[in-house]
Amino acid sequence: MNGYLQQLLVGIVVTIELATVSLVIAFGLGLIGAAAKLSSNRWLAMVGSAYTTLIRAVPDLVLMLLLYYSVQNWVNAITDLLGQPQIEIDPFLAGVSVIGFIYGAYFTETIRGAVKAVPRGQLEAAAAFGLNRWQAFSRILFPQMMRFALPGISNNWQVILKATALVSIIGLHEVIYAAQAAIKGSSWPGGAHVLFYLLMAALLYLALTTVSNFVFAYLEKRYAAGFERMAR
Amino acid sequence: MIDLIRQYWQPFLWGSPNHISGLAMTLWLTVASCVIGFALALPLSVARAAGPSWARLPVWLFTFVFRGTPLYIQLLIIYSAIYGLDFVRTTPGLGSFFKDALNCTVLAFAVNTCAYTTELLTGAIKATPRGEVEAARSLGLAGISLYLRIVLPSALRRALPAYSNEVILMLHATSLASTATVPDILKVARDAYADYYLPFPAFGIAAVLYACLSMTFIWLFRKAEQKWLRHLSTT
Repeated sequence: MNGYLQQLLVGIVVTIELATVSLVIAFGLGLIGAAAKLSSNRWLAMVGSAYTTLIRAVPDLVLMLLLYYSVQNWVNAITDLLGQPQIEIDPFLAGVSVIGFIYGAYFTETIRGAVKAVPRGQLEAAAAFGLNRWQAFSRILFPQMMRFALPGISNNWQVILKATALVSIIGLHEVIYAAQAAIKGSSWPGGAHVLFYLLMAALLYLALTTVSNFVFAYLEKRYAAGFERMAR
Repeated sequence: MIDLIRQYWQPFLWGSPNHISGLAMTLWLTVASCVIGFALALPLSVARAAGPSWARLPVWLFTFVFRGTPLYIQLLIIYSAIYGLDFVRTTPGLGSFFKDALNCTVLAFAVNTCAYTTELLTGAIKATPRGEVEAARSLGLAGISLYLRIVLPSALRRALPAYSNEVILMLHATSLASTATVPDILKVARDAYADYYLPFPAFGIAAVLYACLSMTFIWLFRKAEQKWLRHLSTT
């Protein structure tokens, strides 16, 4: 196997890492955002609404460039002010925080809808049994909410996976970056190397989305345990 | 920052006499790719929902591949890989078509949105209530006229909310055109950033413009839903 194909495989591993860590961050932010939007505190609810409305109205690529370059600028301004040497923000950390922050807004909406789909009586019953708020959340609300949230989560995951393709633009060495490096480094007769490496990258993505489809189909079946399958 | 705004408000919004503005380019990209994508998706979705199996399989494969890979790769393949092939460059019609960045981006966006639109229209066609089709058949409609008069008008209306989502996503996706040197809103923002090294105002203005466009599209689709989905509202 030639070295460039190996680089592509290394790149797809970076893509998987990026997407997974971003997913965890986005899911965490989604839980917090949903809690804010559903809270009885008006200010918290407003902050939550502003987050989901503003972030979802702007393309992810624009937000990525905006946040990535602005935050680096602000860090530089702070270090200059303190007379410290400049800190380069780690591209991986920057990538996952930005993707996590953006898709946190989408997860907020997914989770908010799922929480609202759990019957009220479930939480009232939990309170009647003397469960405290954490117990009621972790044992009653969360497992039931997940069943309603899974189709949305699966959708968001596919979108995040494909959004990682954009971080090569801010300099992360994921699979597209590897493909472009391979293209620069090789020259085939007829110019076919460009098509070949890009198609390879596309195939790797296709494999990832296909595998995740199967995983989510399994999870949906698992979380639907005890419920009749809806008629299609 | 004032200088940046003073120098770049024209490229962002109104354009200059010899240059189309970023806003106009983004709108043009969105509308062109959605119109082409929709026109192609209509026959494909009918084929996928009701066609013979030799027609269903290729359509399924098409939507599977184009929904399973990032639009950015699709754009790179159409914009750089196809033009990178020697025989494309030397074939007169092909060479001049793929040399133009705007052609390539509109082609990539149209094919991509076509895949998503095909899938959502297929869902809407399949969800057509049985009774509607039975009533149509009992009145003697069949084949093409059944689809043109009953199934499609009903399915397209029901697909409207999902399609409005797709159009918003497409509007956002057009920002990728800037990577292929097409002068859309984000390209102007990147030029402004390169000139002034002020990322927040440069990309912030772009973000505000995209947000305004998104809100406008959402408002328009809400109006359309009120008009065409009135028969389905419960109140």
